[in-house]
Amino acid sequence: MKRVQFEHSAIPYMFIAPQIIIIVVFFLWPAAQAVYQSFLLEDAFGLSSQFVWFRNYSDTIFNDAWLQAAGFTIVFSTLVTALSLGLALLLAVKANEVIRGASTYKTLLMWAYAIAPPVAGLMGNLMFNPLIGDLYIFMNSIGFDFDHKLDPYDAGFVVVLISVWKQVSVNFIFFLSGLQGIPKGVQEAALMDCKSSTRRFWTITFPLLAPTTFFLMVINITYAFFETFGIIDTTTQGAPGGATTTLVYKVFQDGFRGADIGGSSAQSVVLMIMVLVLTVIQFRFIEKKVHY
Amino acid sequence: MAQVELKQVRKTYPNGAEAIFGVDMQIDDGELIVFVGPSGCGKSTLLRMVAGLESVTSGDILIGDRVINDVSPSERDVAMVFQNYALYPHMSVRGNMSYGLKNRKMDKAEIERRITDAAKMLKIDKFLDRQPNQLSGGQRQRVAMGRAIVRNPQVFLFDEPLSNLDAKLRVQMRIEIKKLQRRMNVTSIYVTHDQTEAMTLADRLAVINEGRVEQMGAPMELYSNPRTLFVASFIGSPAINLIPAKFDGTSLIAGDMALAGFSDLPTDKDLVLGVRPDVLTVSDEGQFSINVDLVEQHGGENLIYGSLPSMVSDAGDVQEICLKASQSLLPGLDEKMTLAFNPEDAFVFEKDTGARLK
Repeated sequence: MKRVQFEHSAIPYMFIAPQIIIIVVFFLWPAAQAVYQSFLLEDAFGLSSQFVWFRNYSDTIFNDAWLQAAGFTIVFSTLVTALSLGLALLLAVKANEVIRGASTYKTLLMWAYAIAPPVAGLMGNLMFNPLIGDLYIFMNSIGFDFDHKLDPYDAGFVVVLISVWKQVSVNFIFFLSGLQGIPKGVQEAALMDCKSSTRRFWTITFPLLAPTTFFLMVINITYAFFETFGIIDTTTQGAPGGATTTLVYKVFQDGFRGADIGGSSAQSVVLMIMVLVLTVIQFRFIEKKVHY
Repeated sequence: MAQVELKQVRKTYPNGAEAIFGVDMQIDDGELIVFVGPSGCGKSTLLRMVAGLESVTSGDILIGDRVINDVSPSERDVAMVFQNYALYPHMSVRGNMSYGLKNRKMDKAEIERRITDAAKMLKIDKFLDRQPNQLSGGQRQRVAMGRAIVRNPQVFLFDEPLSNLDAKLRVQMRIEIKKLQRRMNVTSIYVTHDQTEAMTLADRLAVINEGRVEQMGAPMELYSNPRTLFVASFIGSPAINLIPAKFDGTSLIAGDMALAGFSDLPTDKDLVLGVRPDVLTVSDEGQFSINVDLVEQHGGENLIYGSLPSMVSDAGDVQEICLKASQSLLPGLDEKMTLAFNPEDAFVFEKDTGARLK
C-alpha cells in the first residue's frame, strides 16, 4: 500500500519546539542535574565536591527520618486522595440534584479552586492559631486536647484538612461535569429499572464516572505528593519532630535548609522512581477496570 | 396486561409553562395507541408522565385499577424504549437486559430464561455478550426492546424509538414492533411525529396539538373523518390540499373558482377547503385547473404538484395543489391540467377555529 508522504520541512519541528524546549529546560535538565548531583558530595561551603557513587543514597535513604517521612507521605496521600475524592463526589452528586440556586451553589463550591496552596496554608494557619484561631478554639471547646504544635496526629489532621479543602473544589468541578456527561436517557432508564437510588448510583452512575475518577485519582496523588508542599511549609513546616514531613518537604529541608545538595538530590531521584512506579501501576491495573 | 386511563391529566412546569391541558383517555387492554403530533406538542411529556419520569400536576393516571401518580417509575410495571436507546454503556447486552430483573430480585434461572427467549425473538442471541458500543444502530434498538420485553410489563412505552434509524431499517423495525406487540398482546403507547409510522402502527391514534388531544380514533377514521383542520393537515401523506375559500350562499369561492355542491355553510366566515390528493381526478369537465410545477415519480404512483394561477396571496405565494395519479399519467412541466373532485369527499373547515363544518 502506498501512503501519502508529505515533503519534509522544518515547520512541524518549529511548531513543537516551544513544548520541547519547556520540557527539556524545566523537566529533563533539572532531572539530569538531580541524578548527577546525587552522586556528588559537597563540602560545607559548596566550594568543592567529590564523586561518591551511591553514598548519598545509603546515607539519606532508609534512615529513620526518611522512613518516617515516607510513612507519613503514604498515609497523607491516601487520606488526602480518598477524602477529597469522596467529598467532592458527594458534593457533586448533591449539586447535580439542586434545581433552585444551582449556579450559586456551584460557584461557591468552586471558589477554593482559585486559591494557591500556600495561601490556603496561611488561612489554615490563622484558623489553627492558638490565640485567635477559630478552629483551634472550637476543637478545644468540644473536648479535644488539641495542639498541633505538639501532637503529631493533630498536626497531621491540620495538614490533611487544609489539603483536602483545597483540592475538593477541583475534584468537584470534574465530577460535576462528569455527572452532567451521563446521558439523561440512561439515567431515566435506570430510574425505571431500579428503585433504590443508592443502588442506582453504585451500579450506573459510579461506573460511568470511572474515567473521571481515574483521571482525578492520578491528579490527586500527584497533588498530595508534590503540591501540598506549600500547605505544609506555611502551616507545620514538617513539625512536630518531622511528623508532618512529606518526602518532597524533606527534599526541600535537606537541600535548602540543610545545604546537603547531594543527599537531597538522591532523595528526589528516589521520589521520581516512586512516582514513576506508581503511575505505571495506576495505568496498568486500574485503567483496565475503566470503561471509556 | 392492563388498561390505562388518563383522567383530566395536566402538566404545568415550575416556571409556569403549561404542557398538557386536561387529557382524558381510555386505553384498552392489549391496544397499541400512538400519540402523534408536531414536535413540542406535549406527546412525549404525556408519555413520560405515564412512565413516571415527569410528575403529574393534576388529574389521575391509572394502570389497571391503580392510580400511579405517586408510584415510583420502577414500581409502575411499565417498560420504556427510549429514542436514543439509552443502553447502559458499561454493561453487556445481557447485563442491560438483566439489570432491571436483578434489581427486582428475580430468580437467576428465570432471568436467564427470559433473556434467552427475548433474544431469540429479537434475533440478538448472538450479541448477548457484546458491549453496546460494538453494536449497530438497529441492533441497539433491538437490545433496547429486549430490555423492555424481559420485564414482561403491563404496559410498553415507546418514545420515538425509530427516529434514529435509517429509512429502510425504520420500516423494517416498524413492522417488527407491530408483530411483536400483536404476539405479546401488551398494552402499548407509542409516541412519534411521523404520521406514516402512526397510521401503520396504531390500533387507535391520538393526534396531539399544543397539549390537547385534538382527536382520537382508528387511523382510517381520522383520515377520512377528521374533526379539525389540524388533524386533517397532520394525517395523510402527501398532505391534504388546503385552499382558503368563502361561501356565497350557493357555492364555495376560491380565487376565480366557484365550486358547486356545498350548502349550509356560513357566509360571513373565512373557510378552508380540504381536498385529499387522492380524491382529485383529471377530468375535462373539471372544476379548476392547475399549472404543473413538478412531478415526483414514486414508482407505483406519481405525485403531481401544481399551482392555482388564480390564487396568489398578497405576499406573492402561489396556492400549491398536489394530486396523486397513476404512474401512466406523466404531464410535462407548465402543462395545464383540469381537475375535479366529488364535493362529498372534500372537507370544509372554519379558518379561525379550525373546526370542521362539513
